[in-house]
Amino acid sequence: MTPRTRRFSLVSLAAVAAVTLSACASTGDLDGGDSGDDAIVVGSQDYYSNEIIAEIYAQALEQGGYTVERDLRIGQREVYVEEIENGSIDLFPEYTGPLLQYWVPDTTARLEDDVFTALTEAAPDGLRVLEQSAATDQDAYVVTREFADRYDLATIDDLAKVTEPLTLGGNSEGEDRPNGPKGLAATYGVDVSFTPIEDGGGPLTVKALQDGDIQLAIIYTADPSIEKNDLVALEDTKGLFLASHVVPIASDAIDDGAEEIIDAVSAALTPEGLVALNTESVDDEAPAASIAERWLEDNPLS
Amino acid sequence: MELLLQAFSWLLTPESWTQQGGALQRLFEHLGVTIGVVALSAGIALPLGVMIGHTRRWTTAVALLAGAARAIPTLGLLTLLGLALGIGLGAPVLALLVLAAPPLLAGAYAGVQAVDPEAVDGARSVGMSEAEIIRSVELPLALPVIVGGIRSATLQVVATATLAAYTSDTGLGRYIFSGLKSRDYPELIAGSLLVIALALLLDGSFALLMKSRSRAPRSDRQTTTIPLERNPS
Repeated sequence: MTPRTRRFSLVSLAAVAAVTLSACASTGDLDGGDSGDDAIVVGSQDYYSNEIIAEIYAQALEQGGYTVERDLRIGQREVYVEEIENGSIDLFPEYTGPLLQYWVPDTTARLEDDVFTALTEAAPDGLRVLEQSAATDQDAYVVTREFADRYDLATIDDLAKVTEPLTLGGNSEGEDRPNGPKGLAATYGVDVSFTPIEDGGGPLTVKALQDGDIQLAIIYTADPSIEKNDLVALEDTKGLFLASHVVPIASDAIDDGAEEIIDAVSAALTPEGLVALNTESVDDEAPAASIAERWLEDNPLS
Repeated sequence: MELLLQAFSWLLTPESWTQQGGALQRLFEHLGVTIGVVALSAGIALPLGVMIGHTRRWTTAVALLAGAARAIPTLGLLTLLGLALGIGLGAPVLALLVLAAPPLLAGAYAGVQAVDPEAVDGARSVGMSEAEIIRSVELPLALPVIVGGIRSATLQVVATATLAAYTSDTGLGRYIFSGLKSRDYPELIAGSLLVIALALLLDGSFALLMKSRSRAPRSDRQTTTIPLERNPS
């Protein structure tokens, strides 16, 4: 190894170490929930769309004169729900259906109002479920426009009209999920085979749909790629997927004034608005903070 | 610890092995992808590496290129290839070929290049053709380094072949992907243990192979002297 390459690898080693250390530091913050007594701690999932909503909450509260601390991009539900339950986080944007399923795995609620009521009842002591927003972000079965037109498809039920064999593509864990092939067969009587594509409804899945390698995929309804690639989300008439509205989960640190602000955000956020926010993130690669700032300018809360 | 025990109990359940798409089938798929990729990559990289080592041309360029190729993130390349080729086994196999090529190439050209120039000159002075020099002098002497390259490529490919499950239902990677996302950690650990076992098995075979060859140094030397004896003078 020449001196120059050695120096180069030392530099890259230092860079790796720095990244690792800063990653440690940000997880460390989680445990030390003693962040200024009256600051409201806002958290978010490690999902860009969720981070934008959390950022809107945070900036709206700041405009209302509250002190806010951000603990964004924490991780997946298994990790952060504990942090909410033990009081380290005061405010978190959630989704009604998936959170209900986390707290009550065998829930039978499917429609939006039933899910919301059940979720309110399931919330542990010390946590409140604030008003749900009209904005939804949920799993849906999508097909290409061309495929939908060929068989005249609008709902999942219509898949019975398809005469060719159907293949569903999605993350491998979907094969055994209640809304996977088994759910399709049990609820709708539609038989599909399964192909794993591990990018969570990302570009590879869209490509497979367009190539005809798969005919069906599960993609989030608020994903801009549905509109961009002219995909059709089939309507779930029999409630295979739980309704999944954006809903804030709050601790006692959220007083009446703060709750009013957050309720106003939820009321102003529409399904189309959420897709537009996601598009700004995906297409323009704008940071969550500036997307949130722009949204609050366009949607004055008072 | 409990997770590890659960992983072992998963491994000891016959159904895990025998069912459709079970561990036995996936183990063979994984092995098949690994051997196929290494063989395919060796078919291209080894002759190229030997030629470069023999002619001693472009060694710097190839060393730099091979070094840079090692830095390509295989998952990123796989996504890129997947977008071009669609889902299936094609994209992962191509991505793994790129992963396997640098160690194979490096082993071949470094091994041949390290052969004592006097041995090569000697062979040339007794009238051997360049092809004969490669076949009878350079290759036998470079063999341990070349096999070392194959060994290192095999180890990398067998570990990374888990990515084949990213775009197709092939190999042991499926347990890791689905176990991770559905929080079925025993399945995830069991899948990882199988990959580790396969890697150790393959690496152990190479170790044995190299040991058995180095135990017979005499026959090595003979292969280089025999052609000299039948040299028409």
